[in-house]
Amino acid sequence: MTGAAVSSEQAGSPRERPTTPSGADALGPKRLGARIQGAVIGDRIYSAAITLFALCVPALLILVAVEIFLGGWPALRRFGFSFLTSSAWDPVNGVFGAAPAIYGTLVSSAIALAIATPLAIGVALFLSEFAPQWLRQPVAFLVDLLAAVPSVVYGLWGVFVLLPVLRITVMPFLRDTLHLGVLPFFSGPAYGPSMLAAGLILSIMVLPYISSVSREVLLAVPRSQREAALALGATKWETIWGAVLPYAKSGIIGGVILGLGRALGETMAVTMLIGNRPQISASLFAPGYTMASLIANEFAEASGDLHLSALMAVGFVLFVITLIVNAIARWLVWQVSRAGGEKTA
Amino acid sequence: MTAATVEVTARGQPSGSGAPVTNRGALAARQFSFWYGEKQALFDIDLDMRSSAITALIGPSGCGKSTFLRSINRMHDLLPGTRHEGQILLDDADVYRPEVDATALRRRVGMVFQRWNCFPKSIYDNVAYGPRINASLPRHELDWIVESSLRRAALWDEVKDRLRQTALGLSGGQQQRLCIARTLANDPEVLLLDEPASALDPIATQKIEELLYELKRELTVVIVTHNLQQAARASDYTAFFYMGRLIEVGPTDRMFTAPQEERTNSYITGRFG
Repeated sequence: MTGAAVSSEQAGSPRERPTTPSGADALGPKRLGARIQGAVIGDRIYSAAITLFALCVPALLILVAVEIFLGGWPALRRFGFSFLTSSAWDPVNGVFGAAPAIYGTLVSSAIALAIATPLAIGVALFLSEFAPQWLRQPVAFLVDLLAAVPSVVYGLWGVFVLLPVLRITVMPFLRDTLHLGVLPFFSGPAYGPSMLAAGLILSIMVLPYISSVSREVLLAVPRSQREAALALGATKWETIWGAVLPYAKSGIIGGVILGLGRALGETMAVTMLIGNRPQISASLFAPGYTMASLIANEFAEASGDLHLSALMAVGFVLFVITLIVNAIARWLVWQVSRAGGEKTA
Repeated sequence: MTAATVEVTARGQPSGSGAPVTNRGALAARQFSFWYGEKQALFDIDLDMRSSAITALIGPSGCGKSTFLRSINRMHDLLPGTRHEGQILLDDADVYRPEVDATALRRRVGMVFQRWNCFPKSIYDNVAYGPRINASLPRHELDWIVESSLRRAALWDEVKDRLRQTALGLSGGQQQRLCIARTLANDPEVLLLDEPASALDPIATQKIEELLYELKRELTVVIVTHNLQQAARASDYTAFFYMGRLIEVGPTDRMFTAPQEERTNSYITGRFG
């Protein structure tokens, strides 16, 4: 009985077969040969051009890195390792140490991710799993729109809205009402411009990146995975927690890394909110500095070659840190997908 | 309840042998209709699926057999715009009663899908998934459930040395048997299989069929299959669906040798589908 079904399927294929030989006959063997030769040459030119374009991108990257490194080399040679560890940033006396800026970049980005990641995953889960159909597109669009707001506008909003709110309400609340002031992170006077403000504004700016990647990843989780959990008696929440999120984990981490990359390099809004003081303070209420805002602030009026070189060196350090973060991220994504995908002990 | 049973026999389901209707895990559909939005997919299905037997649902693509299978454990619940009429009885109680918890139902009525869908976790964690979400068990008890489920799925000997390795490293046939083991870990009364072997090679298919033959002693097994030989080989009863209707049902050997309906005959002899 299945035999009959199989033979009827096979009957279909011979009908298509004659087209190929008759097509070749119409062209004639000679012209066909010429056409094939032409196609081969065309292919070669095409692939050579494409290869060239593709090589341009890494070449440009290497060029930029070399250029920045050479520019920063005088400062790096002069101060050596202490360039990374010293807090002295004194253009007048020609002493430069980038530690506060490095610290500020890392801490503000960490605050941003700590706030944005859970929020963004929540938004993504809501939009992909829980929201009624009519609500999904509009809300997703609005969240994505956050990424389209120019960073200087975030800066302005931060100066006129976020800073006063932080200074008058949030910081005193955290420090005095919740008595978190006993911790070094929430102690000290509440000025407004601070590491906390920079981290907050960054969290708003990276949120759309994380949430839109996470949403795509969650939507891409195969229905079979959800059904597997449901068919085993899982509730909707257990399905999401036990089957959907683990499956989407590596993709979500990828989204977080994308956000981190954005946070590390963000300049304008942070410059307007962080206070721009080259110091390392445990308190998040204290002003700080980031590498990007340091360069943006001082590059135009750099006094002397060494100052300029120090700024270039800061740029190089930022470049290297971004590379390292990305490498760690790749490794993480690979680890996570390997743990799920292939053989592990 | 007795009235219902009488009504069942009165409605004249081809009964084959006079097996008892009240066995644990016995399934029955009564005037069951189902709609996807405006489109009606099932029309007044009346079908008994006996316990300790394998019932095969056959029919051409789009005939509603998978829809019917998924109605039994209420997998359609989460699809918006679906509705049903009539009843699906599990041990003589309608699974669509409002007080029935669908998640509890799905623990009693396990389901295995066409494409094996192991979680990207270890073999152990896959099997332990159901017991873990449904109860917090002490370690040794969970170990025992995992081992016995894998044994029942005839997979234990192949995987016992690598329980901590990811399930996705197994072959397709092994993964499908792992999916069966994962379902068995919930100790269900009914096992629904939606074309479980259609993506497997003949050897793996044979293993699944042998496994089902073992499992039917303690379970009601309902299998949707496109493979008529499989239905003929592996099932006790065969139900033929066509365009959302149940055309004919009966003991498998009679269905394949002396079908009473012309359309059944056409289908099993390969004249359409």
